[in-house]
Amino acid sequence: MKGFSIRKRLDEIKNRSERAFIPYIMAGDPDFRETEKRLRILSEGGADIIELGVPFTDPLADGPTIQRASERALKGGVNLRKILNFLKDLKGSLDCPIVLMTYLNPVYCYGIERFFADAKEANVAGVIFPDLTFEESLPYRVLAQKYQIDTIFLVAPTSTPNRIKKIVQACTGFVYYVSITGITGSSLRLDDTFKDHINFVKSFKKPVCVGFGVSSAEEAKYVSQFADGVIVGSAIVKIFHENPERAIEFIKSLREAI
Amino acid sequence: MGRKRGYFGDYGGRFVPETLMPALEELERAFGRAKVDKDFINEFESLLKDYVGRPTPLYFARRLTEYFKGAKIYLKREDLAHTGAHKINNALGQALLASRLMKKERIIAETGAGQHGVATATAASLTGLNCEIYMGTEDIRRQALNVFRMNLLGARVVPVDTGSKTLKDAINEALRDWTTNVRTTHYVMGTVFGPHPYPSLVRFFQSIIGREARKQILKKEGKLPSVLIACVGGGSNSIGLFSAFLNDRDVQMIGVEAGGFGINSGKHAARFAHAAKGIFQGCFSYVLEDRDGNILQTHSVSAGLDYASVGPEHAYLHDIKRVKYTYATDEEALEAFELLSRLEGIIPALESAHAVAECIKIAPTMPKDSIIVVNLSGRGDKDVQEVARIKGKFI
Repeated sequence: MKGFSIRKRLDEIKNRSERAFIPYIMAGDPDFRETEKRLRILSEGGADIIELGVPFTDPLADGPTIQRASERALKGGVNLRKILNFLKDLKGSLDCPIVLMTYLNPVYCYGIERFFADAKEANVAGVIFPDLTFEESLPYRVLAQKYQIDTIFLVAPTSTPNRIKKIVQACTGFVYYVSITGITGSSLRLDDTFKDHINFVKSFKKPVCVGFGVSSAEEAKYVSQFADGVIVGSAIVKIFHENPERAIEFIKSLREAI
Repeated sequence: MGRKRGYFGDYGGRFVPETLMPALEELERAFGRAKVDKDFINEFESLLKDYVGRPTPLYFARRLTEYFKGAKIYLKREDLAHTGAHKINNALGQALLASRLMKKERIIAETGAGQHGVATATAASLTGLNCEIYMGTEDIRRQALNVFRMNLLGARVVPVDTGSKTLKDAINEALRDWTTNVRTTHYVMGTVFGPHPYPSLVRFFQSIIGREARKQILKKEGKLPSVLIACVGGGSNSIGLFSAFLNDRDVQMIGVEAGGFGINSGKHAARFAHAAKGIFQGCFSYVLEDRDGNILQTHSVSAGLDYASVGPEHAYLHDIKRVKYTYATDEEALEAFELLSRLEGIIPALESAHAVAECIKIAPTMPKDSIIVVNLSGRGDKDVQEVARIKGKFI
């Protein structure tokens, strides 16, 4: 599977011997005007791809920072339909391709095919469903293919070789390698077992991006040695919420480190 | 079981972050081994007998029967099991599985009212496992006594202060803990819900209720009951009872959900009355959700039924019409709570009182030679203070 625009972008970056910087923010946290502002800051700050979260009441794969961002967005009445309309209005004015990260239930309730059709219309380049296992994924992958949207699945340090093989096959955009601890800001010292594991994931020749709860430029630099891209979520959501005046500088430091 | 592994018809499946998948596969393998492991089954059954006090009696409620002058009413006395509810059957089974077959050091669980937390803490103490119980801060406030019981049993209760601060948030937090500590820890899910294999695993350990009841009623009456009634939160006590009778086409079954303040009030936990479906906490089933797929706040006087979704096997049994699902309101459950206390000297759990409430509705309409079996899933000591508060009395 060759993939679509996300894959293309990552291949270009790889050909330049660079690493992708992939920041995450929550859509509608706290409102869409702010989200648009943040998207532009990230895009101008050198993001290669932006992950945009869809709020959900029960985000069980996320830690407290993103859960609270989700609650703020829900409080403002944000839903999937509004997010897709918002992206549609932005169409063309953002350099960065958008990957939508959403739990399955909002998509199921929206209508699965309608979601993919409207996402295409809104220029969504890729999708991540954190609670979709590859075993359940066939109907979603068929539609992603039809609407030329990249699929991105998660691989964990506990994933067995057999699972990894199948998961990597299901990814058309990139493979999202997640930390087992999921604890933001934990000091990153990775042992050889881990390095072997991630090298195994990379041996299938698909881009592998790592999301580790990276919270500083040093950590981003460290992780970028092993990965085709570095995903930064909680730390960015947090700085936009708590110290927005320092956000631009922080994003610049991440970009330079990766 | 449906066509696909882990499915009941269209319902069930596995919708979890990849971090949990290896653990679920490990659990599925261990469960497969346990089912055919004679030593494991013998140890489990011997503990059910000597530690839990099984078989629990099937009791003929004479005064209740005479009061309604209709069907003969039997109560399956799960309230007499150790720790006061059916929850111990499953908690013990899973703790044994974790310590004997999976060699884990630690078990965790979620709890709403505290009954499953107490049962898990008890099983952890018996099997020598470390134990942490996740509980919403709102539930901790309402169930202080059970929090103290869990501490006495050596478990740590972890307060959950996110979302609605109740059962569903405790499940999210327990799943996150499991994601992090999956190598050393087993997650003891308390009901026939969540990702495969939990619905089948919990059913397996709870099916003892139905097997006993079937044998007991045949011995006492020489025939099968006309109707089985059980309350349905996640649905483990009801599946436990129903599972032994599913092939008996003449046995009707009724599952009773929490009607709260009534369906029109929007404050209830009657998933089948609401009729929406979705993907929530690991499986596909009926869910109380808004149009955007966000999970709604639920209400019931009984914390054990106060949950936004329902086990996938129930969803299937509902759709094929094998089980009829109805609801009892808070008010009806409270009436049943008092009636059973007064007529039979049995104070039922508020959860079980919902099943009794349905029995009160149908017993008078049935002929005298018909038989109702009500699953009395737990005892009501834990609810006495809450009922006193509702009645405006302070104790």
